[in-house]
Amino acid sequence: MTAAAPAKSSAPNSFAPTAVGLGTLVIFLLTVEILIRTGVISQFIVPPPSEIIGSFYRVIVEEHVFNRFVLTLTECLTAGVMLTVFGVAGGVLMHRFKLLQQACETWVAAMASAPIVLMYPLFLVIFGRSAWTMIMMGFIAALPPVILKTVEGISGTRKVLVNVGRSFNLTPTQQFWKILFPAALPTIFVGVRLGLIFALINIVGVEFLINFGGLGQLINDLAERYDLAGTYAAICFVILVSVLFFMVLEKAERWLRPVH
Amino acid sequence: MAETGPLRRVAVPAPALSPVTLLRIAIILAVLAVWEFLAHSGWLYRDVVPSLLSIGRAFADLLSHGDFYFNLGVTTGEIATALAFGGLAGLAVGILLGANQFLSKAFESYLYYLGPTPKIIFFPIMIMWFGVGPGSKIALGTLSCFFPVALSAAAGMQQIDKVLIRVGKSFRASTAQMVWKIYLPAMRHPIINGVRLGLGVALIGTLLAETKLSNKGIGFLIIQAYSIFDMPRMYAMLIVLFVLAIGANALVGRLGGLHSIKRL
Repeated sequence: MTAAAPAKSSAPNSFAPTAVGLGTLVIFLLTVEILIRTGVISQFIVPPPSEIIGSFYRVIVEEHVFNRFVLTLTECLTAGVMLTVFGVAGGVLMHRFKLLQQACETWVAAMASAPIVLMYPLFLVIFGRSAWTMIMMGFIAALPPVILKTVEGISGTRKVLVNVGRSFNLTPTQQFWKILFPAALPTIFVGVRLGLIFALINIVGVEFLINFGGLGQLINDLAERYDLAGTYAAICFVILVSVLFFMVLEKAERWLRPVH
Repeated sequence: MAETGPLRRVAVPAPALSPVTLLRIAIILAVLAVWEFLAHSGWLYRDVVPSLLSIGRAFADLLSHGDFYFNLGVTTGEIATALAFGGLAGLAVGILLGANQFLSKAFESYLYYLGPTPKIIFFPIMIMWFGVGPGSKIALGTLSCFFPVALSAAAGMQQIDKVLIRVGKSFRASTAQMVWKIYLPAMRHPIINGVRLGLGVALIGTLLAETKLSNKGIGFLIIQAYSIFDMPRMYAMLIVLFVLAIGANALVGRLGGLHSIKRL
């Protein structure tokens, strides 16, 4: 409720840029429509935007988009639960045993920059052509940021909070649950948010590549049928879902972050 | 009188290997031992976890054939071209958005929200636009790396010290001079960081596209090894690829003065 107040006061200022942004998008789509209708761009390569918008309903109803969406989301959330459990546990373990942190943190950071998703043929062999391939792919590819952010969050706990815990003679377990973990929670959530985004990207990608599962498979399926307008509409739909997912996670993060 | 002199550090013999190195070695040995045990246990399907010896042989076989280097060259060329196109376009858009507050408010949110979306799903479109050859892979790599570079450049522009910009303006620098003499040097770190992130996603985009549809490149070799179920070869290729990717990432970071692999 309170968060809406500044948005309202800044609304008149932010209206013009938003309008320009949206206007540019509309003009771009209109230009493409005209270029296709006049034959400058072949409609066998790019379908007219009006046709893409028209095929949204068809794709949503005929291709069972809702079921696919639920499937992809379930895979993503399952990977998310595993990420949170194993990622946070890994981070806590690394913080608890400094030697382990010194030995492994660089490795985990290196893994974060490695193209883990390319291991999908290996996961196909291990888990078969099933939802578990997608879930495990999302989980493994998104694990490094969760571990790193957990370590960062716990290590970054303010000294004064740790000292308060010490002055109360807290046991190490109490110190962790009452002081370190609550203080690190916002940073840990940044890691989980990054992890969930990585998981979604990888899950949709692998669904598309192995032609199995939810939203990713839909695009592959429509492209193989050479349903151009449908393919473009499905891509727009997946992008929309990803953006919404991203926005929801961002809102959740803001809600969790303490106000200083 | 007692002689006084500078304090000397008492030489403590340093252990040959630090505890961290020892732990690293122990972890690596433990992983290899568990791997070898699994390979011989028969608990998993045959060749899912091949023995270290067969992976080693596949590794040597891979590196001793010119075929691998040809495919590596193809993929490297595709990634480099994608990074050049996507990086330059991202840099131009980032500087434009960073320099103009109105444009930034109008368009930056589109970049911000489109950035973390799965780019591989654009591959069917890229095939239609650029064909089944390297063009579509380069296009996908370009699309992938455009977003991180553009967002980093825009953020870098907005963080430039205003004093530097005022100095440039007081010297009546032209727009090109402002870009070359003020903006680019001042935002070197964000740009390098963007290029580093862009390289990572361009590599993933290009290689994934190769696994989907191609007849050359490392992605093609990986999917070919999968389709003939040559698991040792696939492991060997993944190891080479990971080493190259992590190495390239660290190299870009070092060249740009980012002294370690930066955390996410």
